[in-house]
Amino acid sequence: MINSLFLISHSGDIFLEKHWKSVISRSVCDYFLEAKEKAGDPENVAPVLQTPHHYLISIYRGKLFFLSVTQTEVPPLFVIEFLHRVADTFQDYFGDCSEVLIKENTVTVYELLEEMLDNGFPLATESNVLKEMIRPPTILRSVVNTLTGGSNVGGTLPTGQLSNVPWRRAGVKYTNNEAYFDVIEEIDAILDKSGTTVFAEIQGVIEACVKLTGMPDLTLSFMNPRLLDDVSFHPCVRFKRWESEHVLSFIPPDGNFRLMSYHVSSQNLVAIPVYVKQNISFLETGSCGRLDITIGPKQTMGKTVESLTVTIPMPKSVLSVNLTATQGTCTFDLTTKVVFWDVGKLNPQKLPNLRGSISIQTGAPKPEENPSINIDMKIQQLAISGLKVSRLDMYGEKYKPFKGVKYVTKAGKFQVRT
Amino acid sequence: MSTTALYNDQQGGAEAAVEAGQETTATSSSSGAAFGLFSTDFKKNEDLKEMLESNKESLKLEAMKRIVQLISKGKNASDLFPAVVKNVASKNIELKKLVYVYLVRYAEEQQDLALLSISTFQRALKDPNQFIRASALRVLSSIRVPIIVPIMMLAIKEAASDLSPYVRKTSAHAIQKLYSLDADQKEQLIEVIEKLLKDKSTLVAGSVVMAFEEVCPDRIDLIHINYRKLCNLLVDVEEWGQVVIINMLTRYARTQFASPWKEDGILDENEKAFYDSDSEEKQGQREAKPYIMDPDHRLLLRNTKPLLQSRNTAVVMAVAQLYWHLAPKHEVSIVTKSLVRLLRSHREVQYVVLQNIATMSIQRKGMFEPHMKSFYVRSTDATHIKTLKLEILTNLANEANISTILREFQTYVKSQDKAFAAATIQAIGRCATNISEVTDTCLNGLVLLLSNRDETVVAESVVVIKKLLQTQPTQHCDIIKHMAKLFDNITVPMARASILWLMGEYCERVPKIAPDVLRKMAKTFTSEEDIVKLQTVNLAAKLYLTNSKQTKLLTQYILNLGKYDQNYDIRDRTRFIRQLIVPSEKSGALNKYARRILLASKPAPVLESAFKDRDRFQLGTLSHSLNIKTTGYQELSDWPAVAPDPSVRNVEVIEPVQEWAPSLGKAKKPKSDKFYSDDEEKEEEGSGSGSEDSSSRSSSSSSSEESGSESEEESSRDLEKTSSDSEKSSSGSEASSSESESQQKKKKRAKKVTPRKSKQAAADSDSDENGNGPVGKTSSSSAESSSDSESDSEEDSSSDDSPAPQKKTVAKTKPKVEVKSKKEVSLLDLDDFSAAPPSAPKSSVFSSSLLSDLEGLSLSNVSSAMQVTTSSFGPVKTYELLHHMTGKGLSAKYHFPRQPCLYQPSMVAVQVILTNSSDHSLEEIHIGDQSPASLNVHCFNTVERLEPGASVSVSLGIDFSDSTQAANFQLCTKEDQFSVSIQPAVGELLMPSTMKEPDFCSEQKKLMGMNETSATIAMATANTSKQNISKQVLSVANVGVVSSDQNNLQRFAGRTISSGALVLVTLELRESSTALLTINTEKTVMASMLLRDLKQALCQA
Repeated sequence: MINSLFLISHSGDIFLEKHWKSVISRSVCDYFLEAKEKAGDPENVAPVLQTPHHYLISIYRGKLFFLSVTQTEVPPLFVIEFLHRVADTFQDYFGDCSEVLIKENTVTVYELLEEMLDNGFPLATESNVLKEMIRPPTILRSVVNTLTGGSNVGGTLPTGQLSNVPWRRAGVKYTNNEAYFDVIEEIDAILDKSGTTVFAEIQGVIEACVKLTGMPDLTLSFMNPRLLDDVSFHPCVRFKRWESEHVLSFIPPDGNFRLMSYHVSSQNLVAIPVYVKQNISFLETGSCGRLDITIGPKQTMGKTVESLTVTIPMPKSVLSVNLTATQGTCTFDLTTKVVFWDVGKLNPQKLPNLRGSISIQTGAPKPEENPSINIDMKIQQLAISGLKVSRLDMYGEKYKPFKGVKYVTKAGKFQVRT
Repeated sequence: MSTTALYNDQQGGAEAAVEAGQETTATSSSSGAAFGLFSTDFKKNEDLKEMLESNKESLKLEAMKRIVQLISKGKNASDLFPAVVKNVASKNIELKKLVYVYLVRYAEEQQDLALLSISTFQRALKDPNQFIRASALRVLSSIRVPIIVPIMMLAIKEAASDLSPYVRKTSAHAIQKLYSLDADQKEQLIEVIEKLLKDKSTLVAGSVVMAFEEVCPDRIDLIHINYRKLCNLLVDVEEWGQVVIINMLTRYARTQFASPWKEDGILDENEKAFYDSDSEEKQGQREAKPYIMDPDHRLLLRNTKPLLQSRNTAVVMAVAQLYWHLAPKHEVSIVTKSLVRLLRSHREVQYVVLQNIATMSIQRKGMFEPHMKSFYVRSTDATHIKTLKLEILTNLANEANISTILREFQTYVKSQDKAFAAATIQAIGRCATNISEVTDTCLNGLVLLLSNRDETVVAESVVVIKKLLQTQPTQHCDIIKHMAKLFDNITVPMARASILWLMGEYCERVPKIAPDVLRKMAKTFTSEEDIVKLQTVNLAAKLYLTNSKQTKLLTQYILNLGKYDQNYDIRDRTRFIRQLIVPSEKSGALNKYARRILLASKPAPVLESAFKDRDRFQLGTLSHSLNIKTTGYQELSDWPAVAPDPSVRNVEVIEPVQEWAPSLGKAKKPKSDKFYSDDEEKEEEGSGSGSEDSSSRSSSSSSSEESGSESEEESSRDLEKTSSDSEKSSSGSEASSSESESQQKKKKRAKKVTPRKSKQAAADSDSDENGNGPVGKTSSSSAESSSDSESDSEEDSSSDDSPAPQKKTVAKTKPKVEVKSKKEVSLLDLDDFSAAPPSAPKSSVFSSSLLSDLEGLSLSNVSSAMQVTTSSFGPVKTYELLHHMTGKGLSAKYHFPRQPCLYQPSMVAVQVILTNSSDHSLEEIHIGDQSPASLNVHCFNTVERLEPGASVSVSLGIDFSDSTQAANFQLCTKEDQFSVSIQPAVGELLMPSTMKEPDFCSEQKKLMGMNETSATIAMATANTSKQNISKQVLSVANVGVVSSDQNNLQRFAGRTISSGALVLVTLELRESSTALLTINTEKTVMASMLLRDLKQALCQA
């Protein structure tokens, strides 16, 4: 399936290679680097490429390319999904998935890759199974290991590997038993010039942080499960029960995990929490333009909008901007031509406004299209779809856990066309 | 040069190192050459060697870490091979693993030295720790040294029958490695694959199918008998395995089933009729319909559907393509939502999914039309994502939504991403041709774009307009004129060429302008691009023919220029045109036709999707993604005109029990955590099965498997219910009735409905009982776990009526298994049971495999001339052993699981459920004195502690010596003793026996006279059907059905458990619901008692 993996930095430096079958020369990456060069933006590199003898499937994560090489037919999503799992695992182990951290932890990375694939076929991808075999590096442990000569590698088969609940390891113990669930909803929307909604939908996830002793069996039920249109679950969730009763019944993995993700049917009209009044214009004559943006609350259900930011990718011909914000700070990146306005909290009494002028390279024609405005925000204590968790029950263990549910609404891909 | 340097440096090192150096030069000169490049590293390697040879573990580890770092950077560290390989047997696991990494990387280059390590692995292959066995096999098989192929082969074969499923999984991986190393081993490897395919562990399934795909994808015949098992296991297989299995099954199904795509409209009802045929409503419809989906086909579709909810995008895609290629057309749309959901995932995932949606949307617009807005482009999308979305939007366009889409396109045309804007223009062109209503609108819009500032946009518009005009040339002179005006400002060659072509083609409509354009072109001809030159020549020729008065000179001038052009294409064309149009004596008949040749009306181009031809590839494959046939791509065959014989997938009649072995294993799981059974019971109630008393908890606990085999499980539960609740309709609960579909199907197919299903049911409930075995907290004690394993094997014995071929293999490995099982159990204690990854809906991989491993065990105890089969009846009567009032809170119930007893073959297995109904926990529950003293009872292990409200199921073995005398014993807790007694019904003292009809008759002849007891009975009318009779008989006695082709005769055979005497029951139906019941057996006392019981049962309604 997967013959080799190369990690390539943003700049095109191949800094790690691993082979599961016979060794493939790293010169195979040249085809990829060529395609990368051609594409310009790393985001634009096609994920599946073909070379005379190999097929290259790559992902771009954390300013890194994970490039896998295969010689035969394989479902491309299989490889892509796996590469993302690798990246997730690195993130899980080292806190982040970056070139520096991977270089620092080459040996652990190598040990991980060795366990994750056998002959190019995934062997162990479940985080808790891996953690039993290879413990994540911590400062304390590395000190202890150097003193005692201990190792980071487990010698027995992780219990999860054979169990029917591979996501949970046995013998978990906590003094404080707690289970927290974050219902996070993201609004994907496209608004047009006049402010009418072209497209809007709500995508939600439930992120859980479960630290419970033993083998608890949890049941999470909703007040209004009918809202959920399309769902996907962590493997721990019993699908049959969801189908029959619309409750989530599961033995949770230990620690942080994504319990489910869902989609709220678009029939329900999506509440758009903010409105944007904008006026961006480039003058036909002379090399300048005007920008005036005001943001106000719309349907916020009485909550405040926080961490509001506005990102405007300007046309390449824009030279500089001169903008003043009534609230927050506004910066302009000269290389990427992106205006970034960090508004902060949205105050309904005093609406934040950004205005000023834009100057364009002399001689360049007036930009064809006005830049779109991307908005990011956060509303605490609110699930915009109205989804509510009704209760969480625990079976299988005696103690009383601390339980908590938090709701957050965020802007997903929230775009205003101008 | 570099190698000599290497030598000099190494002189000081150990002799082995010098060898290494030689090795380097000998086997791989490239590595030697590479060496020179990194000579600075080489200095470092010197101290690495010392470190490796030191005695300190930490130094060695440090050295290995640095070496691995070198490897990871792609630098050569092969000269350290001898120093490294010495550490292969190190005690330090991390060190050992790093050495493995090194070894696998360089063994191919240093084959001789690598051989030194082989013995270590061979030893490790025998290690009691399964993890070590597995990793030894992994490394051994990864060492690509041809000499060790036989060793690898041997190791693989051995590992394939290892007790640990993890090791077996590793062996499946090793098969592929060995195959890539030496393809000559194919035949032998296929044998191993065949064996592993039969494995019932979910852990193995994915890997072995992968091996199958790699080694022998064309051996479809190996899949037949495993097909249903794979379908049922699918949900529980790990996600990566799921992808591989689904893809393989897709291919398989395309060769084995008839196409469901023919009579689409009626299909739905059709199927329902088929499956629900038991529920009266649709019975009549079946015959009328020409197409009936193979139940196995349906099984596959049904079992893959839940996987659409997987978090793994590859699994979702795999299911989607399966539905696309296999499902009836109207069912395909269930995948839509899931695919749209994937669009929220990473960019790369989006890319692949969009490609597949693009292909799908060409054929099936309706599928994605409701989700059209999900394909709206955002300015932040990557270019290739944008283009794909555009493609899909174009595919989805129809009369109803075109205005919305065009409005969207207007935004895109203005995009800053010019490549994307150009693609949008093409898309508009396609919409315009496909939907005639909007052609004019689009054309006008495109003409407006001609005044766009961006050149690419204009050029693209021209090209598209050209194509559009060609489809509707009638009244568009103004557009052509407009374009002629723009001609001077357009520089993009393709656009200029397009305009020229338009002029030429419609020169008669614009008689004034065309010659003028030609005049301009004549001026600039030499500096134009080739494509423009060609079109200029074309234009000239056409004008010459239509308007030679004005253009004769111009044309000749251009033809002269073309004659001396640098490009031979243009020179050729010029020569050809000249001969064609300019009349001369040499030019023959062709000249007359010049006009007809050049000015023939041309068919309009069809604007097609780039994804038009991609559907020749299976969706979701690399080939589809790249639109080329990749190496190793397996063509998806067309549906066969006539489906091949479906019976190849039948496993033998008694197979169902066997098939269920995994589910039995799974059922055991709940024991480690009582909560599960409780919990699941609730679920049961929720799904409409009504309240079940604690006696049937056992059955509900079986529902805890949401595994592939659940459907059977549930349906069997249904059956149980039906019988015990006096024929309550099984379709009472929606869920379970649908679950029981597969059951029903089986029923349809094979005539022997009752015996089979009841067998399944029985096996099922057995497992349930064991499932409720040692429970709760206590499960961590080792005593408990050993009793677990006992009950495992007990179950195995229940499934020992395996099909003949299987059986042989089992029998062969029997002695070995017996010996090993002990060790295995102790291993298990640690790894599985005591660690108690509890119940959970998923299958227990381990136990099921253990189950299959132990399959042979009980066989040895009971094997005789005629096999003793498993009990063939499901509903279990539960009797009260101790009421909680008399038992001071402790209550006990028992039933006969009807499976051969593990402890001794002469014992009857009894399952006892102990429940603590008091408010304090009970301790040390065990069995005390027994009477009569001669009574031989195998007690259960002491239950250390039973929490309030908890219940535990334990198994007993009692030798009743073929008498119905009650077994009295005392049930003791720490404080109290309660006298209890178990009185068996005579039917429980039997075990079923499989027999052929002739055998039955000949045995019956031996048991005539004294040994025959008979009576004429009047049966209740409800019982007159064959099916009901056997149901009643089986509910009374644990006997096996003898298949008979005589309609009025029903035969059952069994043996007494203690003495093994044959008991033959014959029921001959007479008129008016009377029947002659005959029992032949040496045990005359039993015969009369059995006769009485049967009579009673059959007389009752």
